[in-house]
Amino acid sequence: MTGTSPACGGAAQATAGGEAVDVVAQVAGVVGVVGKDAFGRIVATLIRVTDDWTLAEDCAQEALTLALERWPTEGIPANPGGWLMTVARNRAIDILRRVSTERRKLQELASLALTTDTGPAPVRKEDVVDDRLRLIFTCCHPALRLDARVALTLRTICGIPTADIARAFLVSESTMTRRLTRAKTKIADAGIPYRVPTGPALAERLPGVLAVLYLLFTRGYDAGGEPAFADEAIRLVRLLEQLMPDQPEISALLALFLFQHSRRDARRDADGNLLTLDKQDRSRWDHAAIAEGLDVLARTRQDGPYALQARIAACHATAASADATDWPMIATWYDELARIQPSPVIELNRAVAHGYAHGPAAGLRLLAAARAGGTLDDYPPALAAEADLTARHGDRDRAAALFRRAATLSHLEPERRALLDRAAQLST
Amino acid sequence: MKYMMFVCTDTEPDTDKAGLPDIDTWVTENDTRGRRLDGHELAPTTAATTVRVRNGELLVSDGPFTETKEVIVGYDLLECADLDEAIEVARTHPMAREGRIELRPFADLPHRSA
Repeated sequence: MTGTSPACGGAAQATAGGEAVDVVAQVAGVVGVVGKDAFGRIVATLIRVTDDWTLAEDCAQEALTLALERWPTEGIPANPGGWLMTVARNRAIDILRRVSTERRKLQELASLALTTDTGPAPVRKEDVVDDRLRLIFTCCHPALRLDARVALTLRTICGIPTADIARAFLVSESTMTRRLTRAKTKIADAGIPYRVPTGPALAERLPGVLAVLYLLFTRGYDAGGEPAFADEAIRLVRLLEQLMPDQPEISALLALFLFQHSRRDARRDADGNLLTLDKQDRSRWDHAAIAEGLDVLARTRQDGPYALQARIAACHATAASADATDWPMIATWYDELARIQPSPVIELNRAVAHGYAHGPAAGLRLLAAARAGGTLDDYPPALAAEADLTARHGDRDRAAALFRRAATLSHLEPERRALLDRAAQLST
Repeated sequence: MKYMMFVCTDTEPDTDKAGLPDIDTWVTENDTRGRRLDGHELAPTTAATTVRVRNGELLVSDGPFTETKEVIVGYDLLECADLDEAIEVARTHPMAREGRIELRPFADLPHRSA
């Protein structure tokens, strides 16, 4: 309280100093929290009723903007989500009235249950749930290019501004706008249904949806990624888990995200360099997230690829120190993962795990087998793994040479520096 | 929606021939359900003729419009609720495994349908 408010003017004028700023900040906070969730719900519902993606997004955006304008003076409504849905719905009615005479859409829109500020939720819970699931499955349809699926998910379900998505994809905003428009046009022109598939099609499509979420998470977790994307991926996989509690791979993916995200504050040193697991300060890990991950994983009975990755991540997350890591258990999980989802990169990780569990010779043997196909020849992590195993096997000169070769092939500056450091340590 | 289904060859067909769907069963099934409106196998590309008009002059040439290893060997005109139904129809066609199938929806041309 500054006590310097001028004596003249109305209530708004009287608080034009610090208090007004506080109110605006508070409203912005509420809009941020409520809006994030409301945006996807509103977009999903309006798309179902209007079939018009752009209209749905514009109306949701306008509702959020209006809230930022009005709530500071009118106060935050008791049911902010319902308020936003009502405003967005009314805006859609206005626009459709002006541009179209499609009676069915207008009637359906008008019949979306009205809500007052203190009233019940704007639409039935089942509808909201179905609408959001429909939107997720439509955005992740395999007939769309993978990068378009990720971008469309970020824009439509998470409400992330096109400019931010463009930055993450390293393209200009106009390029991203065109890409999003092309994806929405393809959905309409090709007849991609706004629907959650049923029967065997659901089992076929779910991995695609989870792959998009995994990519989203990775975009947030990578060196130089946008951390907000990792948060969004976790939020969406939580939503999916609520909506489809009987799908073990969804829970497994949530657990995997929780374990990986628990290390977000400990992954870099003061200079921003990435720290490997053994160098991280484990007290800075998010232990509540780890506990939740273990809880989720304990409920998962059936082991698909994500569950196995989550079990491996759990071994790392629960080890008291790097030396106390249960490598034999991790090696067993990798054996299983390589069996159900064979790939050179998984074989590489499996070799590393066996190298720690059963000695460098065992690791080198498996690594040679993994490299037989040739896919890993110029892959820096494969060379670094071979270098590490070779060093532990006693051949320091050869190990240093391998680290140097890995460094020349790496495109990431922090990774390059770390590899050259290892080489230098071995040469002294 | 109407989908034109182009049935194409592929240089890398599925090597597993066990349980390959039968084309006659496929035609009967989809005709009966009203999902296949028309369709035919096409003569080889050696029988293709390309027609162009440039500056008012007719140019007729031998062969397909482009020389590729994969060619369209037939078509089927489908009537399906949406892309997912069209994909279901396409996946059961034997050429989905021996070749590839391209689904192209009819363009929405409101100015002509009036």
